[in-house]
Amino acid sequence: MPKVLFNIWRTNSSGGEFQEYKTEITEGMVVLDAVHQIQAEHANDLAVRWNCKAGKCGSCSAEINGHPKLMCMTRMSDMPEGKPVTIQPMKAFPVIKDLVTDVSVNYKIKKRIKKFKPRPPDAPDGTWRMAQGDIDRVQEFRKCIECFLCQDVCHVLREHHLHEKFAGPRHMVYTAALEMHPLDTEDRTRDLKDGHGIGFCNITKCCTNVCPENIHITDNAIIPLKERVADRFYDPLMKLFRKFSK
Amino acid sequence: MSGFGITSRNDLWWVRPLMILLGLSMFIVYATWAALQGEHYAVGPYLSPFYSPEIFGSSPHSWFGPKPSWWPMVIPFSPAILILWAPGGMRFTCYYYRGAYYKSFWADPPACAVSEPRKTYRGENSFPLILQNIHRYFLYLAIIFVFILAYDAWKAMWFVDPVTQEKTFGVGVGTLVLTLNAVLLGGYTFGCHSFRHLVGGFKDRLSKSKVQKKVYDCASCLNRKHMNWAWFSLFGVMFADIYVRLVSMGIWTDWRIL
Repeated sequence: MPKVLFNIWRTNSSGGEFQEYKTEITEGMVVLDAVHQIQAEHANDLAVRWNCKAGKCGSCSAEINGHPKLMCMTRMSDMPEGKPVTIQPMKAFPVIKDLVTDVSVNYKIKKRIKKFKPRPPDAPDGTWRMAQGDIDRVQEFRKCIECFLCQDVCHVLREHHLHEKFAGPRHMVYTAALEMHPLDTEDRTRDLKDGHGIGFCNITKCCTNVCPENIHITDNAIIPLKERVADRFYDPLMKLFRKFSK
Repeated sequence: MSGFGITSRNDLWWVRPLMILLGLSMFIVYATWAALQGEHYAVGPYLSPFYSPEIFGSSPHSWFGPKPSWWPMVIPFSPAILILWAPGGMRFTCYYYRGAYYKSFWADPPACAVSEPRKTYRGENSFPLILQNIHRYFLYLAIIFVFILAYDAWKAMWFVDPVTQEKTFGVGVGTLVLTLNAVLLGGYTFGCHSFRHLVGGFKDRLSKSKVQKKVYDCASCLNRKHMNWAWFSLFGVMFADIYVRLVSMGIWTDWRIL
């Protein structure tokens, strides 16, 4: 089987640089397999975060040939033939070592989002009744595995580092899951506009393109939330309508 | 490393934004030229969608007669410039086009995971881009336009007999072109994100109203291919104008099918 050249980002005392490794690729291998093989053959100290190897834990996020991807879900057979494969850590987050990044900022942002607040139970036994059609919409958002590839590719965070002002696509999906939930009574619209900076999103759909769970982040989460913000803050007719419909 | 266009991507990431840049630029140049012509926009039962509704104008389709006497001399008159701002505003503030032209015209970013030319960024959070929230108002106007263009397609099925001067039912290639144009614009308008929100997306418990849920589902279905509707309708409306213009100029012949 052919040997493939890999350029892998390695940290050092002066920041880091790409190092070349060659390893043999066999049928069915994914990029994470190749990284493990390089770890075993050439670089025992190469740091890589991984866990399930099934695209469900969201641990092995990295940038493969410049595309934010899960290493465990990227087949070596999909890589361009005869060209080196570049693997580097996610650019939007500080690097801890080699391919491992510190994504803890996401957990801090998530804590700032108002929690689920259900209406009083519908039945005396403390249970609720929901229509499947209503819950289907938020079910899509619950597929998120928190790989943070969407946060990584979002240029507001990646290029402009506005983590303090813009919550990012992952947290827009989380907010949408709560805000559109048929039982939820909490109001997060002002937070979306001010604290979470939804206006920073300029709808480039990069987050949607990289989502390994194929969540339609922009169309089904961010834009509907933008529309709710527009209802409340930018639409005088809707304000009037709400005033008279109360 | 930072700087415009820096990326580890080794695919042809610049092709798509370039194609969008060329496609939109071509449309803007053609639409501006066609709108300022003020002639060859109507022939027989056909009216170019760039000129519909013809509020004032010299063709038989005009609602209120010829160019008004109060029209300022310094401003060139064309029936198209009275109305084109509305569908133009709809497209300019459309969520799909926004994402597309921010990339292609403003490199913000040039493509996903490709670095940008500017260090500062305000997005749609402050003036001027915060005005994009006006989109739904342009949508209201666009819905009216869809019905007007559908009516134009209907009118394009009634041909005046040159001998008896009676209107008879018929279908020409132009009828098909104008009908297809109305269908494409309908698919684009009724799949708009704002439309989807206003017909039901604002609710968390939509299943309570079966009709509203159905309308929301239909809008969602169209919305899934909103990009395709956006492009096909853009070129559809341009082609419809070209067709009417060339038939009116006698360069193309409008073949009658029925």
